[in-house]
Amino acid sequence: MSNADTTPIAPEPLARQRIIQYLSAPGAAIGMTLLVVIVLLAVFAPLISPQNPYDLMQLDIMDGRLPPGSESYSGMPYYLGTDNQGRDILSGILYGLRTSLIVGVFSAIAAALIGTTLGLLAAYVGGRTESLLMRLVDLQLSFPTILMALMMLAVLGKGVQNVVIALIIAEWATYARTVRGTALVEREKEYIEAARCLRLPRWRIVFRHLLPNCLAPVIVIATMQVARAIGLEATLSFLGLGASVTEPSLGMLISNGYQYLLSGYYWISFFPGIALLVTIVAINLAGDRLRDILNPRNI
Amino acid sequence: MITSLIRRSIQALFVILAMTLIVFIGVSVIGNPVDILINPDANAAERTRVIAHYGLDQPLWRQYAIFLQGLLHGDFGDSFVYGRPALGLILERMPATLELAFSALVIALVVGLPLGLYAGLYPDRLSSRVIMSGSILGFSLPTFWVGLMFILVFAVELGWLPSNGRGDTAELFGVRWSFLTGDGMRHLLLPALNLALFKTSLVLRLTRAGVQEVLPQDYIKFARAKGLRESRVISVHVLKNLMIPVVTIIGLEFGSLIAFSVVTESIFAWPGMGKLIIDSINLLDRPVIVAYLMMMVLLFVALNFLIDICYTLLDPRVRMDGRA
Amino acid sequence: MPLLDVQSLVTEFPGAPGGPGNRAVNEVSFAVERGKVLGLVGESGSGKSVTGFSIMGLVDRPGRVTGGRILFDGQDLASLSGEEMRQLRGRRIAMVFQDPMMTLNPVLTIGTQMTEAITAHEKVSRAESRARARDALGQVGIPSPEERLSAYPHEFSGGMRQRVAIAIALLHNPDLIIADEPTTALDVTIQSQIISEFQRLAETHNTAVIWITHDLAIVSRLADDIAVMYSGRLVETGPVSDVLTDPRHPYTAGLIGSVPSQNTRGTRLRQIPGMTPSLGRLPSGCAFRTRCDRATEACATVPPPETHEGARGFRCIHPVHPELLTQ
Repeated sequence: MSNADTTPIAPEPLARQRIIQYLSAPGAAIGMTLLVVIVLLAVFAPLISPQNPYDLMQLDIMDGRLPPGSESYSGMPYYLGTDNQGRDILSGILYGLRTSLIVGVFSAIAAALIGTTLGLLAAYVGGRTESLLMRLVDLQLSFPTILMALMMLAVLGKGVQNVVIALIIAEWATYARTVRGTALVEREKEYIEAARCLRLPRWRIVFRHLLPNCLAPVIVIATMQVARAIGLEATLSFLGLGASVTEPSLGMLISNGYQYLLSGYYWISFFPGIALLVTIVAINLAGDRLRDILNPRNI
Repeated sequence: MITSLIRRSIQALFVILAMTLIVFIGVSVIGNPVDILINPDANAAERTRVIAHYGLDQPLWRQYAIFLQGLLHGDFGDSFVYGRPALGLILERMPATLELAFSALVIALVVGLPLGLYAGLYPDRLSSRVIMSGSILGFSLPTFWVGLMFILVFAVELGWLPSNGRGDTAELFGVRWSFLTGDGMRHLLLPALNLALFKTSLVLRLTRAGVQEVLPQDYIKFARAKGLRESRVISVHVLKNLMIPVVTIIGLEFGSLIAFSVVTESIFAWPGMGKLIIDSINLLDRPVIVAYLMMMVLLFVALNFLIDICYTLLDPRVRMDGRA
Repeated sequence: MPLLDVQSLVTEFPGAPGGPGNRAVNEVSFAVERGKVLGLVGESGSGKSVTGFSIMGLVDRPGRVTGGRILFDGQDLASLSGEEMRQLRGRRIAMVFQDPMMTLNPVLTIGTQMTEAITAHEKVSRAESRARARDALGQVGIPSPEERLSAYPHEFSGGMRQRVAIAIALLHNPDLIIADEPTTALDVTIQSQIISEFQRLAETHNTAVIWITHDLAIVSRLADDIAVMYSGRLVETGPVSDVLTDPRHPYTAGLIGSVPSQNTRGTRLRQIPGMTPSLGRLPSGCAFRTRCDRATEACATVPPPETHEGARGFRCIHPVHPELLTQ
């Protein structure tokens, strides 16, 4: 073969190629676009939302439970209506998105860090450490996430920080199992052998050589896990175990509207639910494609 | 077969023991039981009295021993809220939860299996793509929100179905069930559908993935080369191979349905264990929480055990390994 | 009239969207008489298995037969309904697959997999179908067949499984058996036993056999006729004795040259340079020209037409031993 085939491909075109490949699926393109819009909305919520829903001074109980499209006394339009305290639903959603995204992303990243480290450790150290860790993983994964989360909240008590802790504890095992599986395969490959022969320090082999090659599945799981964490946080908040009433996440907003649902004030629960749904679908669509591309079997 | 059963029983016992330790550490060490048990306004004498009464002044290993002893006798203490034995409260509510979870499982299988089979056999058809897109939606829809929308549409707007409680029940084997009466059925429908939504998508996708894994196998082609009717190829050769993953799913997901019924029960005011545990967490009713958690541990260990046995019955290769 | 007459068969798999399909089988013609064995030879990917599946009507989606005719006992298989085709499969045309580890369903007993093959075509009682299955197992040399009926495939060795597959293929005394490399996955000694078994059974029932293989040694031992396939086309056909001793097509010559026993000890084993081209990017003209030392510019223009020479045929414009070409 000619020399041209063996010269390494410059990283930039490859990255661009990957991005083009990624966006070539309509579902992924839609999901990615939605996701970018959602993140921007959440980040700039204070600038774009008509009202600060945390600021009780801006709320007027007289504006309570207005249907979508009504106007306040001061003439401000409530596009999606108001809740029982006269809070603008649209503003509530924009601020709620922030809480939901922060909780989802933070818990997924923290769980990924813990799970990946322990998974790598188990694969590389082996022996008792490995079997103990993996027994723990097996034990944990045989119980559904929500039960683990409930268990944690039963112990730690209510509150949004505790929900984050519960999510991390409920999810780390998935990463640990996957990373260990991948690492066990990678460990046997020649480049690790080469690194060992060079007498590189152990931590260097694990973190500079083994880790980068185990990252693809971690990224895929993390994406899906963000969606799951957002959904779970909303569920726990809905059950009254999560965010406080003054700092509403999407789940809390939906929960607020629950008691008014039977009286026909549908919008208080409906619109935050749509926002939650769109967020989760967007992440899942984007993640699905990511999985297709990063799946080692497809490369 | 027998040895493997015994081995699995011992393993199950260890899992239960490990979980009692975890629950004990969680409730008694991490969470401060004194804070939970005692009214913050109580005076010092009252505090000492309560601490002594619950044995909280004893060393931890003794507390654990007392805890274990209680478990063996089914004694989790009395509920702070109801003033009755916690285990009794849980057991009383269990049939309602089991009924709900079982109904949801049946719905998930009856809907998910055929649709997954169809989507797997004819992946290129438009209808299959619609089914698969629908299943992504089923995965993404937050269960509790869908429950609310069910209530909004079917109970509030259309007025077709009731939205809370179990309705009329009838007795069978000494337990009251909703599905035996028309009114109970009507009450059961919305919660069961709500709970089944996510699992239906799961069963559907797993079935489809299974079909697509089995179909290209040589033994399917060979079955066709023998001149078998397509109906037999599908119903015997494909389905029998599918049953192994599906049985695992049924077992594991039944447990998960019971856990997730927490949400559905809260929405539809279904008087099961799930609603009880949420109320108990909110009211810090520790004995009930512990009793619930231990019941769930027991349930999951038992389910895993059953799955293993089903596996052995379904897959001749596993059966051989067991004998060896 | 030959039992099987394949005329200009084309089987295509869709290529890139909007582009032309890839022809896994391209204008393939051959015939098999009753009681004769045809060796269908080629490298993996040459289209020989797809040819077999095309005859069975079992080409994997999205591939399909798009041209030519398959006449079986004078009947055009394309004119048969799905149900008629099913009745033909297993009863009059049977097939044995390459990998015995994969051919039998792991979760069904051997008995089930045999009796269902009987009841798919005949209305017989359970007991009778079981008795026949037992006899068939005995016929292919499986000890204590009665007990083995209730065993699962994983309890058999590879060679035993292939015997079971052959027993299933022979259940209805078919007119034609398509054997797709049935001995490739087996040990040499077992291979030999299975081939002898096959020969004996085919002779007693006057069955026609298409033996698909890449192993010329088996063909020389077993087959009456040979058909050599390359990149979807038949490049050379004829009686085994003629073709193997005196090949016309450079590819056939190359195949024969790379059989170890044909090489003198101490000299380097001859080999055909390069690799089989993928179907999507075949060279223009003769598909073999990029690996052929006899190729000229003329080879790149059109696919070479078939030249006939008595009972033989080949597709090459620069055949080996051209001095014999007098006509």
